[in-house]
Amino acid sequence: MESEILVVDDSAAIRKILQRVLRQTGMSIGAIYEAGDGQEALETLKKRKIDLVLSDINMPKMDGLQLLASVRASPEWRNIPVVMITTEGGETRVAEAVKLGASGYVRKPFTADQIKEKLTGFLEAVLP
Amino acid sequence: MTEFENLIVASIARSTSEVFSTMLDAHVDFDAAAIESRSPEANDGVVSFIGLAGAWAGSGSLACSPAMARRICSQMLMTESLAVDDEVLDAVAELTNMIIGGVKTDLEPSLGPLGLSIPTVVYGRNFRAKGAGITEWIVASFRWEEERLLVKVCLAPAVAAHAHPHAASHPLALEV
Repeated sequence: MESEILVVDDSAAIRKILQRVLRQTGMSIGAIYEAGDGQEALETLKKRKIDLVLSDINMPKMDGLQLLASVRASPEWRNIPVVMITTEGGETRVAEAVKLGASGYVRKPFTADQIKEKLTGFLEAVLP
Repeated sequence: MTEFENLIVASIARSTSEVFSTMLDAHVDFDAAAIESRSPEANDGVVSFIGLAGAWAGSGSLACSPAMARRICSQMLMTESLAVDDEVLDAVAELTNMIIGGVKTDLEPSLGPLGLSIPTVVYGRNFRAKGAGITEWIVASFRWEEERLLVKVCLAPAVAAHAHPHAASHPLALEV
C-alpha cells in the first residue's frame, strides 16, 4: 500500500520541489495532493484519505498553525502526522507548532535527505 | 558600518550562500556591502520585497536581472524557463522568503521575535520602490558567475504600539 501525502504551501515553486524531493526519497508514496493554503488543505482532507500532511506555516487565508489546530481538533484527522516545513526557524514559532501538536519540523532551505530523514518514521508507521 | 550593520551583512551573506547551495546547487560570491541612504534608483528587472515586524520592523528585498530570475527558476525547479512568467516570479518570491527568513532567524536572539509577511515580486522597467519611513538600506551584492544579485535589508526599532511580530507588513510605494 502506498501512502498519500498532502503538500500545503502558497508557493507553487515549493510544492513542485517537494513533489520532486518526495519522489526521490524512494519511499512508497502514491498520490501527492497539493493545496495553496490551509482552507484548500481542509477541503482536500474532506475528500481524500491522507496519510501525512507537509505544511508551510506562513500562508495567506489560513496559515499552517491554524490548519494544524483544525486537524488536531477533528476526531477524523487528529492522528494524521503533520510536519511543518517553514522558514520560521525561531524558537517561538516552533514552540507554537509543537504546542499545537506538530509531528515534526523541517526548516527551509532543505535537502532531499533532510525531508527523507524527517518523514521515514511517519510513513513507516502508516504503511502496512 | 556599525557592529549591528556588520551583523546583518554577515547574516545576509550566510543565508544567501546557504539557500543558493541547498536549493539551487549553486555557489554565489559575496561581492561588497554598503549603506544606501539616497533616494532609490530606478530599477529594471525583478525586485521582490518581504516585510519584517516585531520590536524591530522593516523590509527585506532581492533584485536581479530577468535573465538571472529565469536561471534561478530553472535551477530551483529543474525546468527550462524561457520567459519571466508566474513560475519565475514565484521562484524569486520563495528565494526571498528563504533568504530573509534566514536573516530573521539569525537576528531574533538579539531583536526578539520577528514576523515575516508574504513576499511581493515586481517585474518591469524604470520603476522605483520606496518603503514608507525607510531611510537606509543595508545592501549586500553577490555574483553568480556573470550575474549580479542585490540583497537589501532595512530594520529600525518599531513604534511600540505597532509592534506585532506575526502581522508583518511592508508599506511600499511603487513609482512607475
